[in-house]
Amino acid sequence: MSALFGLLRKEAYHILRDRRTLAVLIFMPVVQVMLFGFSIRTDVRDVRLVIVDPTPDATTLEIRNRFAAGGVFRIVGVSRTEEPLEPLFRTDSAQVGLVFEAGFGRHLAAGDPAQLLVITDATEPNTGTSRQFYVSAVIQQYESDLALRSGAVRITPQVRSRFNPTRESTNLFVPGLMAMVLTIIAALMTALSLTREKETGTMEALLVSPLRPWQIIVGKVAPYLAIGFLATLAVLLVARVVFRVPMEGSLVLLLGEGTLFILVALSLGILVSARTSSQRVAMLAAMMGTMLPTQMLSGFIFPLESMPRPLQWISIIVPARWFVFIARGIMLKGVGLAYLWRETLVLAAMTLVLLVASVRSFRVRLQ
Amino acid sequence: MSEAPVVVDDVVKRYGEVAAVDHVTAEVRHGELFGFIGPDGAGKTTLFRILTTLLLPDSGSARVLGRDVVTDLWALRREIGYMPGRFSLYPDLSVRENLDFFASVFGTTVAREYEHIAPIYSQLEEFNDRRAAALSGGMKQKLALCCALVHRPNILFLDEPTTGVDAVSRREFWELLARMRTSGLTIVVSTPYMDEANRCDRVALMQNGRILATDAPAAVAASFERTLLAVRSPDRYRVLLALRDYPHTQRVYPFGESLHLADDRAGIDAARASSEATAFLHDKGFTDARVEPTPPTIEDVFISRMSAVNAPVAAA
Repeated sequence: MSALFGLLRKEAYHILRDRRTLAVLIFMPVVQVMLFGFSIRTDVRDVRLVIVDPTPDATTLEIRNRFAAGGVFRIVGVSRTEEPLEPLFRTDSAQVGLVFEAGFGRHLAAGDPAQLLVITDATEPNTGTSRQFYVSAVIQQYESDLALRSGAVRITPQVRSRFNPTRESTNLFVPGLMAMVLTIIAALMTALSLTREKETGTMEALLVSPLRPWQIIVGKVAPYLAIGFLATLAVLLVARVVFRVPMEGSLVLLLGEGTLFILVALSLGILVSARTSSQRVAMLAAMMGTMLPTQMLSGFIFPLESMPRPLQWISIIVPARWFVFIARGIMLKGVGLAYLWRETLVLAAMTLVLLVASVRSFRVRLQ
Repeated sequence: MSEAPVVVDDVVKRYGEVAAVDHVTAEVRHGELFGFIGPDGAGKTTLFRILTTLLLPDSGSARVLGRDVVTDLWALRREIGYMPGRFSLYPDLSVRENLDFFASVFGTTVAREYEHIAPIYSQLEEFNDRRAAALSGGMKQKLALCCALVHRPNILFLDEPTTGVDAVSRREFWELLARMRTSGLTIVVSTPYMDEANRCDRVALMQNGRILATDAPAAVAASFERTLLAVRSPDRYRVLLALRDYPHTQRVYPFGESLHLADDRAGIDAARASSEATAFLHDKGFTDARVEPTPPTIEDVFISRMSAVNAPVAAA
């Protein structure tokens, strides 16, 4: 029987017998999609709005009604003075404050500039900005309606958000989440599985055998490639069924690119484990070296364009950055390999370099 | 037959300041059961790892089966069987799965090698489906031995195979080795247990990375150059203290149930030495102490050759 087959079978036993880890590997992707899908939302919904209206009249009431009607805002308080605002913001009861100046309606009717103060809780800057954007949109809409009524000429821009018309944050993060999950499974698990052999002493028995480094590495990589592939399917399935994330392009291409990305992550994991000797160190190295960059520098949560230049440069060597771009392209824009070949090539080159590096740095002797 | 299966020439391996193996030169002959005997930290494991291609020596050279352990590692790894000192099988795999795996690594199967490993494997077969983690210490060692033998190696290295194993299993294990030796297989074994030295054809005594003596066990024991007396007394500790003041004491130390006293006068008659020691103890008030000549063992040789600093007098 061939040595490689023996290695694969042994690895399969390890994975299948460690039920707890296996369950984590299978359920973690699903749980993560659910968590991200339901909790981490950057789209604006159910915003707690407090209105300060010293002189209520027909004009301010109409504006208030427009805020109440949209579904984005929920009016949690109306006051005549500004005093209640501060405590409401501090206790997180209010997220946006809308302060009409005294005599707002009168000024407007007289053709004078009417002042309106918009206060947002900017603890989270991105969501704060989105809320401001929504508030302005409501006011602008009112303004342009007013202009139409008075017969004045107005330019009314029609805004369309391509590829994600309803601005669902789920659509944006699912590709990034795939990268995260695959990094954890591929990089972390292989790094742990190889260093475990070093810790328990079984590496000594493997090394003294005629097994070549590439055989040991392939034996470790192949089973996790399979698990990673299943995890990709699970993430896509949940994203599709629960969050209705679109799949504009080819599913086959996406799975192919996913497999390529798993290979990159696996070779990273092997490289980490070739250079560490304990599971604890391997875990830290895998976290710092792969998961953190995947989370921070892939454009998954934080847009790359708004990062300082040096970080943008660093992101070039983060595999997840390229995969997230590819996955978003395929899922949301429906583009194919004709457009994505450059990014695909980058991933392929990374795999090659990392695999060669890990075979080379694999020590055929003990320390 | 050509070159000896193991030729070690002036090998040194350092870990920082400490020389784990310090200018070791040794030779193991064909078909021999050869033992490296020494306490923990003597450098046995490091030497074994160098011989099994797992470590590079800092200087010196070693040849196993006529192949250099540094340059010819891939050919050597096919031919040697090695059982590491630390249990190195997969605890989550069953007995049979472990064996199947190590057979597959060498491109063979358990079925094909069955007859070869049957003498040992037959004792394990009833536990085929048991996970290696759930085996007793003795069973684990037998399984490890099976795994090291499954590819029909031309030489076998066993690093402390009986450490942490109960007395009965230890004896069984040595009987297995003796049986395997009759097939002509060269076996190199290490052990910290002096009493196991007699099971070997030849032994090398190791201490602090150096070899103190190499010979047949009986010859090593016979090399003890002093007259050795065994002293028995119910009050062993106070007798030990008293004997330190005996003018002819070269060294006195606890040995099993008794005390061993090496007389510092070269070539003195054993009967005279024991009667003088008896008289000395009587004067000190130990009237029930019994002194008689005793043949030196390898352990006595070992203790006598260790540096004075390490003399285990304080161990009482």
